Amino acid sequence: MSIPIDVRVQAEPFDEAAEQKALVTGRFDIGAVVAFTGYCRDEGGRLEALELEHYPGMAEEEITRICREAAERWPLLSLRVIHRFGKIDPGEGIVLVLASSAHRAAAFAGADFVMDFLKSRAPFWKKEHGRGGTAGDWVSAKDEDENSLARWV
Amino acid sequence: MKVVYFAWLRERVGVPEEDIAFPVEVSTVSDALNHLISLGENYAYAFERPSLIRAALDRKHAKPEAPLAGAREIAFFPPMTGG
Repeated sequence: MSIPIDVRVQAEPFDEAAEQKALVTGRFDIGAVVAFTGYCRDEGGRLEALELEHYPGMAEEEITRICREAAERWPLLSLRVIHRFGKIDPGEGIVLVLASSAHRAAAFAGADFVMDFLKSRAPFWKKEHGRGGTAGDWVSAKDEDENSLARWV
Repeated sequence: MKVVYFAWLRERVGVPEEDIAFPVEVSTVSDALNHLISLGENYAYAFERPSLIRAALDRKHAKPEAPLAGAREIAFFPPMTGG
């Protein structure tokens, strides 16, 4: 069964509350929504912003593939993912994952799975911009992100 | 073939994308990477740690042994850090 999968890769900020409202409006079969929002941290005041580079086209396609895989594993009713690129200030959202289902277990698992795979499979790269305009470094991938994929095998 | 680079790999190579005519003996992703390394200092620097390089063929993840046959675009990039 195919479910609504809505994937957006955009520079603009998103409104996580409005997105969740839109997801459930007019749906009377949804009993649970799990929402995950990833925010930009300032790393104890050290960071002025993060800059996200992405692979246009592949970013959307890869997240969609991950969502389809989640929909095959759990009885989800809809998935919505928004991932931003460009310069993002501390306190702003970077990524939003919404998973809906009739009961909570599938929604929790679906959102968790999509985030895990997105972190090490979706083509995005973060660069740090330090306070005072210092040239930033590229963020290194964490082994734990790759290792956490093993949970789903 | 169109070759695209991202993040620090793009910075080290010096261009975001380019067209490269690979020799006929270049048949896999790994062959393509080794050919690029032979093109100059900037490539050798960009690809100095092959274990940190990921690749995609026509916007799908590809392993080093994946054949290039039929693909129009190859991308090289570091491990991803989105989310």
